[in-house]
Amino acid sequence: MNDDLTAVFREEIRDLVESLERGLLDLKTRPQDAGLVNQVFRDLHTIKGSGGMFGFVALASFIHDFETAFDRVRSGKAQVTADLIRLGLAARDQIPALLEGAPDPQDIRGSILRALQALTSDPTAVPSMPDLPRLTFCLTGPALALGARPDLVLTELATLGATDIMAVADTMPALADLDPDTCCLTWTMSMPATVGKADIEDVFLFVEAEWTLDMAVNNAPLPGVAVVSADVSAATTASPAPAVSASNEAEATVRVPATRLDTLMDSVGELVTVEARLTELARQSCDPSLIATAELVTRLAGQLRDATIVMRMVPLRSLVARFRRLIHSLSDTLGKPVEFIIKGEETELDKTMIEKLADPLVHILRNALDHGMETPAERQAAGKTGEGRIELSAIHAGGEVLIRVRDDGKGMNPERIRAKAVERGLIQPDAQLSESQIFTLVFEPGFSTAETVTEVSGRGVGMDVVRRTIESLRGSIDVESRLNHGTSVTLRLPLTLAIIDGLLIDVAGEKYTLPLATVQEIVELPAEKSQASLTGDFLDVRGKFVPFVRLRTMFDCDAPLPESQNVVIVEAADGCIGFVVDHIIGTNQTVIKQMSKLHSGARSISGATILGDGTVALIIDVPQLVALARPQGDLVKELAA
Amino acid sequence: MTKTILTVDDSPSIRRMVRMTLQDAGYDVIEGVDGQDGLEKATATRVDAVIVDQNMPRLDGIGMIRALRQHPNGQGVPVVVLSTESEDNLKQQARQAGALGWMVKPFTQDKLLAVIRKVVGP
Repeated sequence: MNDDLTAVFREEIRDLVESLERGLLDLKTRPQDAGLVNQVFRDLHTIKGSGGMFGFVALASFIHDFETAFDRVRSGKAQVTADLIRLGLAARDQIPALLEGAPDPQDIRGSILRALQALTSDPTAVPSMPDLPRLTFCLTGPALALGARPDLVLTELATLGATDIMAVADTMPALADLDPDTCCLTWTMSMPATVGKADIEDVFLFVEAEWTLDMAVNNAPLPGVAVVSADVSAATTASPAPAVSASNEAEATVRVPATRLDTLMDSVGELVTVEARLTELARQSCDPSLIATAELVTRLAGQLRDATIVMRMVPLRSLVARFRRLIHSLSDTLGKPVEFIIKGEETELDKTMIEKLADPLVHILRNALDHGMETPAERQAAGKTGEGRIELSAIHAGGEVLIRVRDDGKGMNPERIRAKAVERGLIQPDAQLSESQIFTLVFEPGFSTAETVTEVSGRGVGMDVVRRTIESLRGSIDVESRLNHGTSVTLRLPLTLAIIDGLLIDVAGEKYTLPLATVQEIVELPAEKSQASLTGDFLDVRGKFVPFVRLRTMFDCDAPLPESQNVVIVEAADGCIGFVVDHIIGTNQTVIKQMSKLHSGARSISGATILGDGTVALIIDVPQLVALARPQGDLVKELAA
Repeated sequence: MTKTILTVDDSPSIRRMVRMTLQDAGYDVIEGVDGQDGLEKATATRVDAVIVDQNMPRLDGIGMIRALRQHPNGQGVPVVVLSTESEDNLKQQARQAGALGWMVKPFTQDKLLAVIRKVVGP
């Protein structure tokens, strides 16, 4: 078995295990849902089938017994109970170890299986058979000329429970000898032991076929076997048969290792940089044909960039599956029953981003359940339902993704947070802070208000890590909370990490890039405000008061002032703020290059990019710069007051 | 795409019963009143399956199948023979003429539908 195929298999198993876990957890809320039971059963069945085919005999036999238990549920001989789900999840946890071939000295697997069997068994049950009978058939005579449809036969067999369906192409003659009316393929598949000869005769009622049902099992794949894939598409017909696998994708998909996508993204990044250089050179050359070519390259590079970004997007679903599990076990541990709702799990984000989001979201969810949620008794006293509610939602908003965790727990107490922050020396006792500023204090390092440190959270590490991680992803966190009504934590994240649309600006001869997504609008700085003053750094933008800061002042530049200056108004955590710049150069594709470690202290700069003419522009980290500017603004406000 | 089934039978009541059953299930149905008429209709348009009676005036079922298989439009079309008798000899002949399967009368609507689904898919 070659390595590529094994990698595909492992990935497939991972997806199946995820789907299995989701199914089990959903069963907890909808135990009567036959569709869910079937889904769980199908997942198990496919894991077993593929496992057996790829030589993971121990896995296949373990899953077989697991599956047997669910078969009893499926056929109505056993009920879905909390115990069954617990055992099912425990069994699911064994799958990775089985894949790795890890030993099981304490026979945990055996005890799980015995418990599962005890839970679902009935006395007449026969001992399980790890190996399934194998059905082999081929269509004889001019079957195709008579209108026989192998795809329909395969579909019918699939509904009987056939798995590992493989087409054997050994008997395929050379193209010149091929008779289009003869079906040259032979199919082989595993059938559930419950399927008898009569059932199979029924399938072949109208089709001239030779078939055998073989009890002996050959785990090693036959040589020259073409894997038809779980989708049972018949090789001889164009129309695809309905899929047996749960993940029924209408379109063909290709699995690609993530590293290749990273390489592609890097190359596209380089291409965009080179393209900018080409455009610049073309512009200087004034050669119309070169300019036209450069424009074409620009357009193609843009398309390639968009295609690559989309390619790297994965739905949030892959991430949230583990959260269901987390909430499930946490709510058990803490004795706080909650309903966990996930909305928008199809929302897509860059793969790297998804991976990095896992830990922050775990922290936020844990906090919501551990600190935010009351015990059932407290909830009843507050006039709420005994079961709490935690909602995880994700939506696309412009160039960003908003991920929100909302609970209906006790909410945050600004007074208590304030007192704690003062006690911890995070703020001065007389600091003037808005409510939202107080809430963001929980993200400060070393902050924790939980009276007792629980097993789950409360050690005061975590939330600051959350903020650091989100900011490293160029995202931001908003917290809203109402006492006794609940808290909502919103993460704002960019769609991708590698390339952004930037606004190129000039401050005293130096070029900088602002992420275009943060830019609200650009206005001209009125001449009377061109000189720095202590009280006048506000603009009236259509009746709205917008404070502004001068980047020249912030970056300590004293070059002569240009004739006119512009104000770039950006969106910040609490309203809009303007940056006064010398010139607006234009928008560009900004390929983000990380700064060296030596520059990690430069907080207001998030990276650098190489421009078309080969010079470097620093990328401004807008939230950080706003935070840096705030003391100046506050000073202005105080003086103005 | 809606699938078209041709029912060939000299009995209007059988044709009607087949038509109603299959139309309710979402198939298009066209009718042939005997083997000759059925053959003309089956060769004039492409149909997805043919249900044909054995005993009919002008041209019987097996004769029609044999002729149909000679025609380019008749290749690969599944044909199911309806017959009152289930003698093996007839089945053998039908198979040789190019029928895919057969059904024994009387049959229920469910049975008919099951057969059609088996032969052409839902």
